[in-house]
Amino acid sequence: MTDSPFIQAKNLWKKYGDNVVLERINVSVKAGEFITLLGTSGCGKSTFLKMLLGMETPTSGELLLDGKPIPSEPDQSRGIVFQQYSVFPHLNVLSNVIIACEFEQSPLLGKLFGKSKKAIEAKAKHLLSSVGLSSSLKKYPHELSGGMRQRLAIAQALIRQPRVLLLDEPFGALDPGIRADMHQLILRLWQEHQLTVFMVTHDLREGFYLGTRLWVFDKLRHDPQAPNAYGAGITYDLPVTRSVSEIPDELSLIMKPVDEI
Amino acid sequence: MKRLLNLTPTKPTKIFLALLPFIILFFVYVFASDARLAENAKDKLLPSFIQMGESINHLAFEPSKRTGEYVFWQDTASSLQRLLTGILIAAIIGFIYGLMSGSLPFLNAPLSPLMTVISLIPPMAILPVLFIVFGLGELSKVALIVIGVAPFIARDIQQGAQKIPREQIIKAQTLGASTWQVLLRVYIPQLLPHLISAVRLSLCSGWLFLIAAEAIASTDGLGYRIFLVRRYMSMDIILPYVAWITLLAFLLDQLLAFTSRKCFSWNHQDGNK
Repeated sequence: MTDSPFIQAKNLWKKYGDNVVLERINVSVKAGEFITLLGTSGCGKSTFLKMLLGMETPTSGELLLDGKPIPSEPDQSRGIVFQQYSVFPHLNVLSNVIIACEFEQSPLLGKLFGKSKKAIEAKAKHLLSSVGLSSSLKKYPHELSGGMRQRLAIAQALIRQPRVLLLDEPFGALDPGIRADMHQLILRLWQEHQLTVFMVTHDLREGFYLGTRLWVFDKLRHDPQAPNAYGAGITYDLPVTRSVSEIPDELSLIMKPVDEI
Repeated sequence: MKRLLNLTPTKPTKIFLALLPFIILFFVYVFASDARLAENAKDKLLPSFIQMGESINHLAFEPSKRTGEYVFWQDTASSLQRLLTGILIAAIIGFIYGLMSGSLPFLNAPLSPLMTVISLIPPMAILPVLFIVFGLGELSKVALIVIGVAPFIARDIQQGAQKIPREQIIKAQTLGASTWQVLLRVYIPQLLPHLISAVRLSLCSGWLFLIAAEAIASTDGLGYRIFLVRRYMSMDIILPYVAWITLLAFLLDQLLAFTSRKCFSWNHQDGNK
């Protein structure tokens, strides 16, 4: 991990027509950070994640990865786990993971056979066992519970060894108990794979617990006559020492409506 | 007493209730037929089952005096060949067209409006055009089925392609997939069960176009036969032929449903996609 910024936003703006979503974002992120993105609905945190992914392009300003502009379409340098629909319903667990290697090694057919398939299967099985899915290799996603499906989505995202892992409310639909397991899993994988993680969440506690750094997105200026005239910025950029009790009071107040959603 | 809304029949009751309308129809027909034949033994409108059996026995199991063919089986083979060729070609064209237009925005722009317009042309209205262009042979009949069915399949496949969650397409790209690989490994496998259900739905109109084309210009086929014997008011042939067509349609439909369940079991479960 070097000291030069891994990901950097320079005076980043995002507008849809007259609707300003994000304004004046200036941040820099070192490799290996675990950043949690919080904020009310529609505050632009997902838009920021989409820009990191390459689904959206900045209206103005720069978003740099290793000093170069982030590619304007998704690729294997940045893995993603969505809240749902992340895995392929027509493939079983093992195929869902090896498909990534098949994309890499078989440009024409996108499918491998025989010896080369055996080799990647071994790699995929190793990864699947590290997320706790080794007993469900032949199951289809609809046969898995929500938590297992997200484990699969994470394994799938990691097999091509991306340096950045983007998580868009990945545990939002899970039961609290399963959520806690998933938190342990993601922290372990973050260490093992030396990832830089960006995670959008609605849950302040989750944000504090998981992240090494926490961003709160909110509007800096507000015009009641034209609610869309100003976009959101990062109002809090906090280094996190993992303790929920240290949540600043003012932040709890801001986040309260979100918690209740 | 529960509300009628909440009453569900047990399995045997359900089977009985399913068979009941058929049994009633059967007896209504038998009584009506008997009554008419008792009045006039030469009545042609409601032939008895024995008369129908004799006619079909004659057509199916005795070679025709004129050509030496077994007319019933010859008709069946010709019709099925036309129908299946037409549906197969329509399925291939419709699938590729719908896939391209549903997955690639740059192809959607030119393909989608064209498809909408073509699918609004009543196929029967251009049957004369097909006869003029392709002649009165097999080609024009197959072409009518293709033109009638392909736009429907294409629209259905396009909708199916657009319904695949965007997340999956993004995910495939983050796994390093090219456009070609996404089509091959994400779109096509998920659209194949769609294709089967689209074909099942379109078989109904496929039969319609087939029988219409055969009625107008043909020398054999199930539709041809029905319209031919109408001249002699041969209800004893028409009714069994209609029943036979219905049975064939039912079997084709069940075969497709079975194929879909067998090959795409992941698509036939409850729960999320």
